[in-house]
Amino acid sequence: MIRVYVSSVIDASADTVWSRIRDFNGLPLWHPAIADSRIENNEPADRVGCIRHFHTRDGGMIRERLLGLSDYDFTCSYEILESPMGVDNYVATLKLTPITDGGRCFAEWSAEFDCADGRERELTETIGGGVFQGGFDALKRHFSRR
Amino acid sequence: MLQRVVRSTVIDAPIARVWAVLRDFNSHDQWHTVVEHSRIEGGERSDQVGCVRSFTLKDGNRIREQLLTLDDREHKSTYCIVDATVPLQRYVASVTLKPVTDGNRTFWHWESSFATPPGMERELRDMVTQGVYEAGFANLRRYLDQGGDQRLPGAGSHVMPLALPVPARRVVVTQYGGVDQLQAQQAQAPAPGPGEVRIRQRAVGVNYIDVYLRRGWIPPMLAPGGTPGMEAAGAVLDVGPGVHGFMPGDRVAYLGPLPGAYCSVRSVPAAWVVRLPPAVEDATAAALLLKGITADYLLRDLGHVHAGTRLLVHAAAGGVGLLLCAWARRLGARVLGTVSSEDKARVAREHGCEQVIVTATTDLLMPCAATGRRAQKSSSTAWAKPRVNRTLQHWLPVATGSAWARPAVA
Repeated sequence: MIRVYVSSVIDASADTVWSRIRDFNGLPLWHPAIADSRIENNEPADRVGCIRHFHTRDGGMIRERLLGLSDYDFTCSYEILESPMGVDNYVATLKLTPITDGGRCFAEWSAEFDCADGRERELTETIGGGVFQGGFDALKRHFSRR
Repeated sequence: MLQRVVRSTVIDAPIARVWAVLRDFNSHDQWHTVVEHSRIEGGERSDQVGCVRSFTLKDGNRIREQLLTLDDREHKSTYCIVDATVPLQRYVASVTLKPVTDGNRTFWHWESSFATPPGMERELRDMVTQGVYEAGFANLRRYLDQGGDQRLPGAGSHVMPLALPVPARRVVVTQYGGVDQLQAQQAQAPAPGPGEVRIRQRAVGVNYIDVYLRRGWIPPMLAPGGTPGMEAAGAVLDVGPGVHGFMPGDRVAYLGPLPGAYCSVRSVPAAWVVRLPPAVEDATAAALLLKGITADYLLRDLGHVHAGTRLLVHAAAGGVGLLLCAWARRLGARVLGTVSSEDKARVAREHGCEQVIVTATTDLLMPCAATGRRAQKSSSTAWAKPRVNRTLQHWLPVATGSAWARPAVA
């Protein structure tokens, strides 16, 4: 089991950042690597169990199921059902925690998965450095412009 | 009514550096300005779960707090007030650190819940959140900026009481020779060094190599005046810096490449030490660790013994020999053994040796001729005479003395 963990500090309150990222269908609005997204079967995007079907900008198709959503803990977790990345048992969690000192928030994005031997480093870099840190960088840019 | 308060911040230092200070339950008088003096009661270590610290605050108040949990993996410490001159009731607090991977900084979360006498809710909440937590954030930030944690070697741990030597008994080889050269002495078992575990031993294993060392056959391993013994079992007394995963009182056994086990208390590298399951008694563990690992190595790594393997065990009634017979039989192998007397032959048979050759009286050719099958493996051994060697080539030999030969698989 590989574990990827990325964390950052975003210069806006957890409430504010959460309102931007809680929409399970909203990745294209804030994550620069995502081109489009829809929720399968016209389900609401905050119904636990719904499936988002989206494309990355390089054309990859990914389907992910919402496993948990908490507006109280600012936490969202999901699993990959289908992707070109070659990962199995992939479960990820995105979580915000308020930082009382300065109205900022602490953002954590982690994933656990299995993969073929020898691909651990490449996938850790793609997922941790590319997807997760890329998302945090976009949030940091967005909230510093305000 | 309990109230819960939370304060958090980001410290511009790597998590290992911040945790080195915060995990030390006795460090607050080094960095927190509200604490005038801190000490751990009863001379316990400040990372001993259950220890109690006694604070005298700058304002004259006194607080005794007990460490409830300490987790180096989650970077979390939980503690409660045992008694205090401040009316904080049922106060339980936790400090949690998380790494901010983006910038190699540290997220610090400090929270607690407590009750107060009626009318004092706000006053005490402000005291805790501002006077203790927020002031603590600022104080620790300044302390790290000024390098306060690096002024003395062993950052963060320098205020811990050092473990002391304890009295012990040991057996030394006064000079090379017979058993009369073994002498019991009073000694001191020094505190465990970095990476070491200090063990109060309850059983010590005896091996043939102890005899070799006593007789002076391997001088580089044991000089006169040294203590023999390769393995023992007992309970963890304490651990040195950098050792995690062993608690005082844990039942353990060890096996190492350096002698010194004939004693009552010994510090050894943590890498030698294994935790014992409740079902394995001290004497069993001490007697079997080295011989059991030897048997395991011979049967599995070297011999690849499995059902149907034909195995020759030399010295089949010895410590390793008996383990080999019983274990190989359990694996389904055909076991042939050599011993030097009829008494030993009986013991070997009781432990699963199917055919025993008493080397003093038996022609080694006979039992092998009786099997009459082709060899899976052939080998040359240092102990065998050429004639014997030719005949026993149908068997996988496992000699159990110190000079057992390495089979050359054909």
